[in-house]
Amino acid sequence: MAIIKTEDLTYVYSAGTPFEKKAIDSLNIEIEEGELVGIIGHTGSGKSTFIQHLNGLLKPTSGKIYIDGTDIWQDKQTTLETRFKVGLVFQYPEYQIFEETVYKDIAFGPKNMGLSDEEIDKRVRETAKLVEISDEQLEKSPFELSGGQKRRVAIAGVMAMRPKVLILDEPCAGLDPKGRDRILDRIREYHKEYNSTVLLVSHSMEDVAKIATKILVMNNSSIVCYDEPPKVFGMADEIAKMGLDIPQITKVFNALKEKGYHIADDVYTVPYALKKLLSYLDEKGVKLDA
Amino acid sequence: MLKDITIGQFFPGNSIVHRLDPRFKIVITGVFITFLFCAENFYGILFGMLFVALTVLLSKIPIKMIFKGMKSIIPLIIFTSVLNIFFIEGEILFSWQFIKITKEGLETSLFMILRIICLISGTSLLTYTTSPITLTDAIEQLLSPLKKVKMPVHEFAMMMTIALRFIPTLIEETDKIMSAQKARGADLETGGLIKRAKALVPILIPLFVSAFRRAEELAVAMECRCYRGDEGRTRLKQLKSGGKDYIALALSLFFLDVVIFFNCIF
Repeated sequence: MAIIKTEDLTYVYSAGTPFEKKAIDSLNIEIEEGELVGIIGHTGSGKSTFIQHLNGLLKPTSGKIYIDGTDIWQDKQTTLETRFKVGLVFQYPEYQIFEETVYKDIAFGPKNMGLSDEEIDKRVRETAKLVEISDEQLEKSPFELSGGQKRRVAIAGVMAMRPKVLILDEPCAGLDPKGRDRILDRIREYHKEYNSTVLLVSHSMEDVAKIATKILVMNNSSIVCYDEPPKVFGMADEIAKMGLDIPQITKVFNALKEKGYHIADDVYTVPYALKKLLSYLDEKGVKLDA
Repeated sequence: MLKDITIGQFFPGNSIVHRLDPRFKIVITGVFITFLFCAENFYGILFGMLFVALTVLLSKIPIKMIFKGMKSIIPLIIFTSVLNIFFIEGEILFSWQFIKITKEGLETSLFMILRIICLISGTSLLTYTTSPITLTDAIEQLLSPLKKVKMPVHEFAMMMTIALRFIPTLIEETDKIMSAQKARGADLETGGLIKRAKALVPILIPLFVSAFRRAEELAVAMECRCYRGDEGRTRLKQLKSGGKDYIALALSLFFLDVVIFFNCIF
């Protein structure tokens, strides 16, 4: 059974005013448990609105959302429970930090769940370790940390609730390549460790290509496709038309194809590219030293 | 929830009211307030309502918006009418123990309600049809004679512009922080007074932190663009007045005259 399922999900912003705008338009999707889905789309394509529906922060104008088979709007209690089942990390999550110490801030979510003190302590320490925050840093004020550290603390704040579905909105925005890789690594680690479903919103194909098992492309308030990465990157031209970038390595291979070297169409990560390139050279009888 | 605040909101459009010179609009609003307070009888107030209705029609603002703006003043309306109904002496219509309702009381409270409604809907039309930036520009120019007596008019106007500019930003920010904390299971809707006040902490602290950060960023950005106050500063968009502005002013003065005339004959 799909863990996330939507039926004709539609949301209209500022209905009845001149600012009225359809943010998402009858979305139908089923996401299986355990996937690591990369959601990509241009600014204003509706991806942020879509994910805010999944944990019941926004109420759909029309349509239904099922998490784990339950309609999340069937009653108030279910909506509240959904908030713990589906953890949502917003863009620039470090701006939501407010406690005196890193420890207390990570504990905020678990505390709201009404867990026992020992359980909270266990979760905070476990999660801090997972996102590489040291015990010493746990006792510090979050405002003393660097940008990347704050980001990891904020993400830990949601991970500590151990949601079955973890959704992250642009978790790498504004970080340097090193910080970005670190965050992506941590997310992959969480996905593996707790066997949860992860949705990762990004407009960087590079990030998504690195870790996603499936890719969801959104454009103009609707879903363009939901498929495995090779198939999605195979539609490079359509994706470029939407103003999205495909991974650099895919671009290189497309350019090679234009020059008459048709190596492969489904290249989107560097290791895979290397393998394909080597076998291509082999095929052509080019000998490489060492 | 926060998006429901409509007082002071700008409603983009291209009607004749939108295109009037904002300086004239402020003066006309002044005239309008004057004649509302000059009015001593129902004829005057009804005439004021006619003025509001005309302007609303011309501005093409949906009536719904005007009513929405009214919602927030309902407590004020109830408060004044209760005071007036029970505390004005006169011909008694109904009495029970120490409570008595008089004809004069009823009349006055109805009169006050109409006056408040006119006042709020009329003045909110000013902000509905004028963007905050042009509005503060106009205030600055209208007050500029005060510069002669060393009043920092430009600085006040700039502060107002910045404050108005950041209202939507801060509302958006508050919304975002609220959503983020709700996503972490923060309960903002239930509980007693103390519990609710405590629940505000996770929202207020990040909000203050970000407001200070924004203030600093803005200050640096302004310095980088060599902002150094009023002296020698020119404008990209000069305010211009034309025939329609004088006609509008004349019209409002005419209404003022009529109201005063009504006061004399009835």
